[in-house]
Amino acid sequence: MHHEVRIAGMGGQGIMLAGQLLAYATVIEDRNVVWFPAYGPETRGGTADCTVIMSTEEIGSPVSSSPHTLIAMNQLLLDKFAPEVRREGLILVNTSLAKAPDYRKDCRIVEIPATDIAAELGNAKAANMVLLGAYVQMVKPVSLDSIEKSMKEALPKRNHSFIPLNVAALMKGAEIAAGMDLG
Amino acid sequence: MQKVFERPKGLTDNEFAYCPGCLHSVVHRMIAEVMEELDIIQNTVCVCPVGCSVFMYEYMACDVIEAAHGRAPAVATGVKRVLPDRVVFAYQGDGDLASIGTAEIIHAAARGEQLSVIFINNATYGMTGGQMAPTTLIGQKSTTCKMGRDPQISGYPIKICEMLATLDGPSYIERVAPTSPAGLVKTKKAIKKAFQNQIDGKRFSMVEVLSNCPQQWHMNPIDTFKFIEDEVSKVFPPGVYVDR
Amino acid sequence: MTTRKLIKGNIAICHGAVAAKCDAFFGYPITPQNEIPELMSDLMPANGGIFLQAESEISAISMVYGAACAGKRAMTSSSSPGISLKQEGISYIAACELPCVIVNVQRGGPGLGNTLPSQADYFQTVKGGGHGDYKMLTLAPWSAQECYEFMPLAFDLADRYQNPAMILMDAIVGQMLEPVDLHNNFEICDYSKSWATIGARGRAHNIINSLWIDPEVMENLNLRMQAKYAAAQLHETRYAEYRTDDAELILVAYGSPARIAKTVVDMARDEGMAVGLLRPITLFPFPSARIAEYAKNGSRFMALEMSAGQMVEDVRLAVNGMADVAFYGRTGGVVPTPTDILNVVRASFSKPPVFSSYPSERRSVK
Repeated sequence: MHHEVRIAGMGGQGIMLAGQLLAYATVIEDRNVVWFPAYGPETRGGTADCTVIMSTEEIGSPVSSSPHTLIAMNQLLLDKFAPEVRREGLILVNTSLAKAPDYRKDCRIVEIPATDIAAELGNAKAANMVLLGAYVQMVKPVSLDSIEKSMKEALPKRNHSFIPLNVAALMKGAEIAAGMDLG
Repeated sequence: MQKVFERPKGLTDNEFAYCPGCLHSVVHRMIAEVMEELDIIQNTVCVCPVGCSVFMYEYMACDVIEAAHGRAPAVATGVKRVLPDRVVFAYQGDGDLASIGTAEIIHAAARGEQLSVIFINNATYGMTGGQMAPTTLIGQKSTTCKMGRDPQISGYPIKICEMLATLDGPSYIERVAPTSPAGLVKTKKAIKKAFQNQIDGKRFSMVEVLSNCPQQWHMNPIDTFKFIEDEVSKVFPPGVYVDR
Repeated sequence: MTTRKLIKGNIAICHGAVAAKCDAFFGYPITPQNEIPELMSDLMPANGGIFLQAESEISAISMVYGAACAGKRAMTSSSSPGISLKQEGISYIAACELPCVIVNVQRGGPGLGNTLPSQADYFQTVKGGGHGDYKMLTLAPWSAQECYEFMPLAFDLADRYQNPAMILMDAIVGQMLEPVDLHNNFEICDYSKSWATIGARGRAHNIINSLWIDPEVMENLNLRMQAKYAAAQLHETRYAEYRTDDAELILVAYGSPARIAKTVVDMARDEGMAVGLLRPITLFPFPSARIAEYAKNGSRFMALEMSAGQMVEDVRLAVNGMADVAFYGRTGGVVPTPTDILNVVRASFSKPPVFSSYPSERRSVK
């Protein structure tokens, strides 16, 4: 197993956290992982992105030329990174804030109004968890259980009160994706 | 026969190479006597500067470190922090302490490092040939201000005791002028206090010694003392600036 | 079974320092290495050591000098502009033959530059940096695991050779999260430090000094230092190789570009190109002899760096005209991707470039 995912959006959308949860969960499942935060001119203007590479083998490059999956939380970074997704890859789009690309016919494009769904659950900020849940359900790089277990480690203590909401959003995203799988 | 005067044990057997009439050797001797009187020669680390006293390690019987120009307070901090039960002192000239090493001395004082600092202020760069120092008086000639220090060009002398006295870190700051028998007694007393403070666990102690440079001032030693008393002391008044 | 902890390279440096029984840390804030002083301010006191935030990089290295004079294991960390300021102290420490460890998490330069990954301090690190004929024993980790394990190694080399040792990182190695096995399988040797200035009890006074007016005495110090460096070249050269045995082209890279290069080697091999990777782990001493062996056997080389071409000069010196040495580098904080490098490799095999991503003319959504 070797899977590269890029998570991208605005600062404050929990981009880094979503990536770190994946990384912690991969360690729990005793596989190799590298989490690397955005470095480059793209860090300007309050955007955030990180790359997570998960593998059963020793990981070489921490930098991904073309990730298998893109999780895009807003339009700006969706436009920026959608062209870089590997052929026949997966693009998860937060359609509350972005319009899905029509030019990546080779990719599987999954549209989820994550911000709206999170708002219904009680806090729009949990949109990252909705998309993360959908991604984990579809690609299964780690189990949802491991993601849940990682929350205590990845979140600072002062934010532990948000864990139940995060778990609910994660599960909701997984449920939506599972429904899509059946369809 | 009874011996009434001898070389202090704090000094090595090396002869001083300082110019005739220079007060460096007098202050070195005082430090050596103080170390002997306080019985700390074997427990002391001296950090010496760059300048005329760069060869101080030849003369001090205690362990000695030669620091880079201006860095003695930082080097001494490194030693004292890892060896808190040793006595650590820095010896610095005015170029070292008041010019290239201003950051180091201010922050060592501000942190209240448990150090003793002996600051030799002779208002010139003696070793490099008599260039203008941060403490050169207005109108005083040097090889880099041949017509005398002009404040329009070179600003004003830095008053270190007064500056450091604004900080909460220091326990003791005094300026002395060893140009008379009374001044010499006061100087020795001040140096001893700076060391005793450290032994007692007090914080930063500094003694500024108004010193001379017969060579670069182009004066005989007696005249240098008069110059310190009449001119230098006006700009840098002797006295206790901090004692707590 | 060992447990692996997910930590950044910078954090691994701190745990490695504790494992190395580091006594004192002196530093000054600068990005991208701030995790190190921040964590050391907790770890050092918790382990009976000293942490002190200095007023400048110059003071921090001077404090390291003082603590090293006192016979203690002392370190500092910084990033490129800060390391420039430390050069004075490093030269003094080398001249006084004192051990210490300096960590440089390099950033883009020159000047204030930026806080992004770079390897443009190679010359400064291995060709002097400060004044005089000295060298720093230099280790270049490529993973968080190596950040952890190289700290005890760096302190041991520093003590053994009585010389400053440097850990030369880039911001990728410092900032990426990876699982690290925080084992304690280190042999921490106790080196006799009879030269230390700790008070002259029961012996003549010790002097730690780098001022030698007599030119012959000064030259003797230089000769002794050069003999030390020759011994290090012989005994301490470290490197790693990947698929080099039958390689027609050997990529030479250290730090995170070596990680990228490893992926490129596999990509190139899949396409039938005989490519390997030689990764210098010590930058001084440099694995010149090994590179020369490959050059003699007919391999050609390509140095990959996040610089305008610095380590490539050492590769060329090692090859000494026996083989072609190409170079590919990015500067200013730009990180090459595996595809970028693959295309340079393909070009060297006279193959056209490949595009990993969607054709650029169709990138616009509108």
